[in-house]
Amino acid sequence: MSAEVADRLVGFVAALRTHGVRVGTGETVDAAEAAAALGFADRGLLREGLAATLLHSTEQRRVFDTVFDLYFPYGVGAPQDEPGDRDDLRDRLAAALAADDEALLARLAIEAVDGFGGYGSSPDADGWSSHQTLERLRPQTLLARVRDDVRARGGASGFADRLLEDEIRRRIEAFRALVAQEARRRVAERRGRDEIARRAVAPTADRVDFLYAGKDRLAELRRTVQPLARRLATRMAARRRRAARGTIDLRRTLRGSLSTGGVPMRPVLRRRRPVRPELVLLCDVSGSVSGFSDFTMLLVQALHDQFSKLRVFAFVNRIDEVTGLLEHGAADPEGLGARIRAEATVTGYHGSSDYGVALGEFAQRYSAAVGPRTTVFVLGDARTNMSDPNLSSVREISERARRVHWLNPEPRSLWGTGDSAAPEYAELVAMHECRNARQLGELTGRLLPV
Amino acid sequence: MTKPVNKRLDSGRILPADHTDRSEAPLFTSVDDVSARLAESGYLASPAVATTVFLADRLGKPLLVEGPAGVGKTELAKAVAQVAQARLVRLQCYEGVDESRALYEWNHAKQLLRISAGRGETWDAARTDIFSEEFLLPRPLLTAIRGDEPTVLLIDETDKADVEVEGLLLEVLSDFQITVPELGTVTATRRPFVVLTSNASRELSEALRRRCLFLHIGFPEEELERRIVRLKVPGIGAALTESVVRVVGALRAMDLRKAPSVAETIDWARTLLALGADALDEDVVRETLGVILKHQDDILKAGAKLDLDAG
Repeated sequence: MSAEVADRLVGFVAALRTHGVRVGTGETVDAAEAAAALGFADRGLLREGLAATLLHSTEQRRVFDTVFDLYFPYGVGAPQDEPGDRDDLRDRLAAALAADDEALLARLAIEAVDGFGGYGSSPDADGWSSHQTLERLRPQTLLARVRDDVRARGGASGFADRLLEDEIRRRIEAFRALVAQEARRRVAERRGRDEIARRAVAPTADRVDFLYAGKDRLAELRRTVQPLARRLATRMAARRRRAARGTIDLRRTLRGSLSTGGVPMRPVLRRRRPVRPELVLLCDVSGSVSGFSDFTMLLVQALHDQFSKLRVFAFVNRIDEVTGLLEHGAADPEGLGARIRAEATVTGYHGSSDYGVALGEFAQRYSAAVGPRTTVFVLGDARTNMSDPNLSSVREISERARRVHWLNPEPRSLWGTGDSAAPEYAELVAMHECRNARQLGELTGRLLPV
Repeated sequence: MTKPVNKRLDSGRILPADHTDRSEAPLFTSVDDVSARLAESGYLASPAVATTVFLADRLGKPLLVEGPAGVGKTELAKAVAQVAQARLVRLQCYEGVDESRALYEWNHAKQLLRISAGRGETWDAARTDIFSEEFLLPRPLLTAIRGDEPTVLLIDETDKADVEVEGLLLEVLSDFQITVPELGTVTATRRPFVVLTSNASRELSEALRRRCLFLHIGFPEEELERRIVRLKVPGIGAALTESVVRVVGALRAMDLRKAPSVAETIDWARTLLALGADALDEDVVRETLGVILKHQDDILKAGAKLDLDAG
């Protein structure tokens, strides 16, 4: 293997590491062997080969693909032939979308970025923007045209015809991704691959902050929460099994040993009194933390069968019980959020969150829900909009409950800034930073009562 | 307990640590060769699958396959075994599977018989005798490592097993050897082709993952799925295949609780063929949706999105 190829591979691995993909030296050597066995002629094979040797889980694949495109690009430089004008390109794009020709779409994406993505004053363009390319090309407006085109050719008839629009929409989405990838590659060529790899690659879904996740990442995040819930369930089952093995009950062991002449042949284990853990969740469902509460709700829903005694309360500035709305099996956080806002009384005279009033109301109205076996989780950013944090009712709740945990979706460095009452609350209850799906998984696994 | 003695069970030799130096010829010559031969045995592999199988064979590393249920993870191992004309040794993991189910077990009943039918020899002789190979019951992992014929070892649903079993697998998968305290270390004379499958219901440990090549089998592309349906359901028309695959593709994009897998696509195609339908329409789809979707709320959701009530 030539030194240049080895350097490229090592740079690639380093870029993966900066994005949280743990790759050891052993795997890098495997990857090099794989590359040597597969050769560099077929880019698709090389991509799969490196993925097989370097990756360990499915979630890492998205990061891998983006970084791979930067380090092992389709081609280098700009296309040689003169780019056509906008209408001509749109015509050809429509034809390619109608035919669902992926190779042609990839070529058109390159051409589109070259023709419409460059900005800056120098003749060779200072940078490349996928946003600008798509703004000028507007591929989404081709939908009706492509649909009519396919129908006219009789490509779809009968039942499957109703799927056509969605299919074309997915193809257009794929084309947009191709354009973004090509623009990133062109920028990387100009500014240095390592820098772009560091900055312009989106992190894996479980590391995205709940509070800043965009719409498309939210859908992806939701898919990562699903297996998380299943994994939690198995982990809890294992913990319960282990917890069932008690310590030796000396009194009963000795009494049993009388029949064997005082020799303790059969140790008797201390019986565990089975407890049914009770769980109470207080969720802030105001707009500022909506991304976060949707996911916690989803997780709670999935854990429904683990905890028969589970009560969920939602609040903005009033609090109301929403346990009945968590219909079993209907895993749909968006619908759930809408149902809560429509059916539960979570706001009073105004729409902004007020922790003091809501927690006070909980301590007053639902104090029966909290007992010595109850673990209480408060989910929210502790931003009180400058009103009284009402520490006395939090103290009251924490004295009645077995444990109180507060999961805060804000980074720890922001606690106490502005109207955040996080430090005050953190003195009374255990507050944990819970910014992304990874932290959520770790925390729930650790904190949930067995 | 006897002291471990360095006796070899088979004519096993110690393999050098460098795994590229293998005596036997690789199973496949190229990635295309993998695709072609797997296709002959009735398994249509995507390029990713073919590449990874090729590398697993070349690098001599175990293959960890993850993916949703019903995309052909177990089938892949069976197909490789068939292609390589190897025997398939299968270890089905479940909660509570342990050493004596996975590695080996001493045949206690037979050992007792042997002792009671004693021929008056000394204790030392008897002891050496009852801890010999005659009284050893090999379980899948030991079976796969011994023996000279080519072997495919399938460790199915690895995620269902407890964490302790993973520790067991580590020795087997990295060095292809098993230590039996009374007998010594058994080293593979011929490395088996190892496939581990997992549904990701539990996170497998990092140590196990880094010993394996990782392959995620997802839902196939439309073109590949059409070929699979035509291969598995002979007698189905091209037009029906096309619409079936398109509807299933649309269902997968719908964010359902359980997206239909390849197995469901094939089942649905078979059902439609048995019902004598030669094209899809509202009635047929509404009546047979239960074949592909297994949750009532999924069926309702899909019905609404596909406008089944409009017709």
